[in-house]
Amino acid sequence: MVRGRLAWRVGRLAEVRDETPTARTLVLDVPGWPGHLAGQHVDLRLTAEDGYRTTRTYSLAAPADGDRIAITVQRVPGGEVSPYLTEVFAVGDPVELRGPVGGWFVWRPTAPDPVLLVAGGAGIVPLMAMIRARRAAGSRAPVKLLYSVRTPADVYYAGELRRPEPGLDVTVVYTRKAPADWPGEPHRIGIADVNTAGWPAEFAPQCFVCGPTGFVETMADVLVALGHDPRRVKTERFGPSGS
Amino acid sequence: MGIVTPGFRGRARTADERLPPGQYLVEDFPVLSAGPTPRVRTENWRFTVTTETGRTHEWSWADLLALPSETPTVDIHCVTRWSKLGTSWRGVSLDTLLADVDTAADYVLAECHGGYTTNLPLEDLLDGQAWIAYEFEGEELAPEHGGPARLLVPHLYFWKSAKWIEGLRLTLDEDLGFWEAAGYHAYGDPWREQRYQGD
Ligand SMILES: Cc1cc2nc3c(=O)[nH]c(=O)nc-3n(C[C@H](O)[C@H](O)[C@H](O)COP(=O)(O)OP(=O)(O)OC[C@H]3O[C@@H](n4cnc5c(N)ncnc54)[C@H](O)[C@@H]3O)c2cc1C
Repeated sequence: MVRGRLAWRVGRLAEVRDETPTARTLVLDVPGWPGHLAGQHVDLRLTAEDGYRTTRTYSLAAPADGDRIAITVQRVPGGEVSPYLTEVFAVGDPVELRGPVGGWFVWRPTAPDPVLLVAGGAGIVPLMAMIRARRAAGSRAPVKLLYSVRTPADVYYAGELRRPEPGLDVTVVYTRKAPADWPGEPHRIGIADVNTAGWPAEFAPQCFVCGPTGFVETMADVLVALGHDPRRVKTERFGPSGS
Repeated sequence: MGIVTPGFRGRARTADERLPPGQYLVEDFPVLSAGPTPRVRTENWRFTVTTETGRTHEWSWADLLALPSETPTVDIHCVTRWSKLGTSWRGVSLDTLLADVDTAADYVLAECHGGYTTNLPLEDLLDGQAWIAYEFEGEELAPEHGGPARLLVPHLYFWKSAKWIEGLRLTLDEDLGFWEAAGYHAYGDPWREQRYQGD
């Protein structure tokens, strides 16, 4: 018998919001949702007519609003589940899910220490949950976000991240195409970006790095090279491939 | 239970009987860990087995390389659902390392550089089921895959195959490791889909 957060529940799609041409936020009604911490995720289980089943993991994008939770799914071309979730799954449809899962890559709004969030692509999702949890709790922990995207059209939560928020610094780095008013050329985040947009290691921030495997590997190495204590650098690697 | 997800068909499936339920095949070698990759130098490398009475047995890098090695070719299965078939390794069997260790323990806590731990029943490390591996596909084991040496226990989910292994602590009772204490399954059999507590 399975109880509590690891039991499968049925959620229903309540609302969708397109974040970019390839990413969509799904707001789900999940009766009896037990609540969660920023950084945790859910497992979604999909079942076809013929009984075939498959499961994928998605980070929670925001604190729970009662029984309402939100995830943001990036469409992976040729993927089995993400194209379904971003193109077919419709308001009112049910899906099985369980969670919250994960107790390591989490941030608690009661922690006063400075925070550095480093996101690559869809890796912004659990980090946005931290930013939103901070706002909801009225936390004054100073937060810096360093966010790598290909082009301006790939920024998730763009309106929300543009709005000034005391104690939150947002730096976006573009790898392919930058907006006209952006200083510098498009490039991959390097040690200089992390040094400029992050905290000095002496401030002992909690660091959270999330994105594709290669991105996370590089960024975690950069943070350690800049003198951050490896025990304060938490990482989450999205996606099955080593890209 | 099992509700149909409207309009979901799934991908055309081929049944590969070497693939546990819920897993898919990868050709590359994904990297997953909870923090930055440590770079452990072989000059400083030590592997320690500590028994329930506190007796320790220790091997240096040279000691490890001097022991008879084996070259297992095995399938590996990650709890994040990828599996990789026919991977080849070189390492020292735990049967060899534990041969002279006198213990009544039933459990092992694998301890790693950086503080990662994972728990296993001792019997799952014996009888040709587990190795301290230091080569992958004929090359030195890369740091991001646990180099210079990792535990290799292919019949359990791969989080049990602890990277950057430093030692084994033998205990009479089961202590939960890093992921296990965070809600993952204490045992982790991929064929029974033991992902989380209660599975
Ligand atoms: C902790 C965690 C949190 C995550 N959070 C998010 C999130 O917030 N948002 C988000 O968009 N994603 C997130 N992901 C990634 C997500 O779980 C899926 O991996 C992603 O949506 C792709 O799923 P898919 O079914 O569309 O693609 P898949 O069908 O899984 O394909 C992705 C790639 O994997 C390979 N592959 C997978 N299955 C097969 C198969 N059966 N046969 C052959 N090749 C295969 C292919 O190479 C393909 O390119 C998270 C992952 C983890 C581990």
